[in-house]
Amino acid sequence: MRAVMDVLPYLVAAWVFLAGCYGLATSRNLIHAVGCLSVCQAGTYVLLLSVGYRDGATAPVFSDIKPGSRPVVDPVVQALTLTDVVVGATVTALLLALVMQIAKRHGTVDPDELSELRG
Amino acid sequence: MADAVIVVALLLVAGCATAAVATRDPMRQALVLSLLGVVLAVLFTVLQAPDVGLSQLAVGSALTPLLLMLTVRKVRRRAQGKERER
Amino acid sequence: MTRRARLWVLLAGGAGLAALLVAACLRLPHFGGDRHPYGDRAIHASLARRTANTVSSVNFDQRAFDTLGEMTILFSAVLGCVILLRQTRDEHRARPEPAEVALPVRRYALVVLPVALLSGLYVIAHGQLSPGGGFQGGVVAATALHLLYLGADYAALERIRPVGAYEVADALAASAYLVTGIAGLIGGTAFLANTLLPYGTFNTLSSGGTVPLLNAAIGMEVASAVVVLLARFLDQAVEIEEESGT
Repeated sequence: MRAVMDVLPYLVAAWVFLAGCYGLATSRNLIHAVGCLSVCQAGTYVLLLSVGYRDGATAPVFSDIKPGSRPVVDPVVQALTLTDVVVGATVTALLLALVMQIAKRHGTVDPDELSELRG
Repeated sequence: MADAVIVVALLLVAGCATAAVATRDPMRQALVLSLLGVVLAVLFTVLQAPDVGLSQLAVGSALTPLLLMLTVRKVRRRAQGKERER
Repeated sequence: MTRRARLWVLLAGGAGLAALLVAACLRLPHFGGDRHPYGDRAIHASLARRTANTVSSVNFDQRAFDTLGEMTILFSAVLGCVILLRQTRDEHRARPEPAEVALPVRRYALVVLPVALLSGLYVIAHGQLSPGGGFQGGVVAATALHLLYLGADYAALERIRPVGAYEVADALAASAYLVTGIAGLIGGTAFLANTLLPYGTFNTLSSGGTVPLLNAAIGMEVASAVVVLLARFLDQAVEIEEESGT
């Protein structure tokens, strides 16, 4: 049981990432593909936060506990993930704006129909 | 005890992510992504990361699904406009 | 390449990647382990600068240059969206019909809107003390404004959201972050160094040196950026239509 618990979060993160990649590659709708990219990003957040976790520790915020009274988890990976969440959403918005333009110019959002070059 | 909660949250995340990828209709996928956002926020809180949980809740459950739905609406409106012209 | 051939290549590549990932996961340090050297040093540095929220300290003090890069990505993404989603010559604006809103929904939205807006500003202001900060509070404040769209209609939203003003606010906030950084240079130390302002008393609003200032700049930037983003998307989905071709 302890052996499973040692690696389960990393395996779940890898599963979420691979599921997102599969959806991205087999998608028939560009908007669905952008959603799958969002799922891939979620997998990386899970991995980062799992690396920083410490058993029996609490959040690394000292507004309500005295510094040094309890062990705390790693704040560095939380800082990395925190900015990534918001910035990832705005990059998703940029991708969706590109999808809108593709729909306008080519009339379709199916990636298979977009493969020919227009003269 | 804390381990059991973490395991449940991780399995919920894996299930929601698989469902989000398997839902092919973008409108429905936006709703499943909203659910995935909430479940991720729960997982981040259980992993003792309240800052990240706040961020994920605001962004993943409201902002990204809203943008997806607005894009779907725009693309469908354009397709309906073209149909009406023909 | 046919679709079936592509699927086989995907499965082969995916299997290889999965094997590598699982092999790597089995060799990572055990989940919940006790050895976090960077974390311990980061907490020590944050307490020395008297910032209660160590995550904010890492974001706005120890790795402030990285946050400048993230802010630039956000700014550029919003800039790209504004350019891509502008109204072109062959499109016109059609005012949407005001829809009927149920009275309980309208009352609820108008009561919750100031509460949500204030919560967002609170989260920004207390970023250096309790969980929160510019990124989270900015998103909450920006989405709180859009409760008006749910409670009333698009015309009401447009009145409290002159997009030009928010675009200027976005640019001003980004410049404010840079100016705070350059002030460190002029003060004689390094870019974005946290040595200019006094560190204050632990666990009060004015603690942490330049962390509250950078927090406020990022909060304003993220809030304005999200409002501009949603404004462009809503315009495209609700108002802008193509000219019916002749």
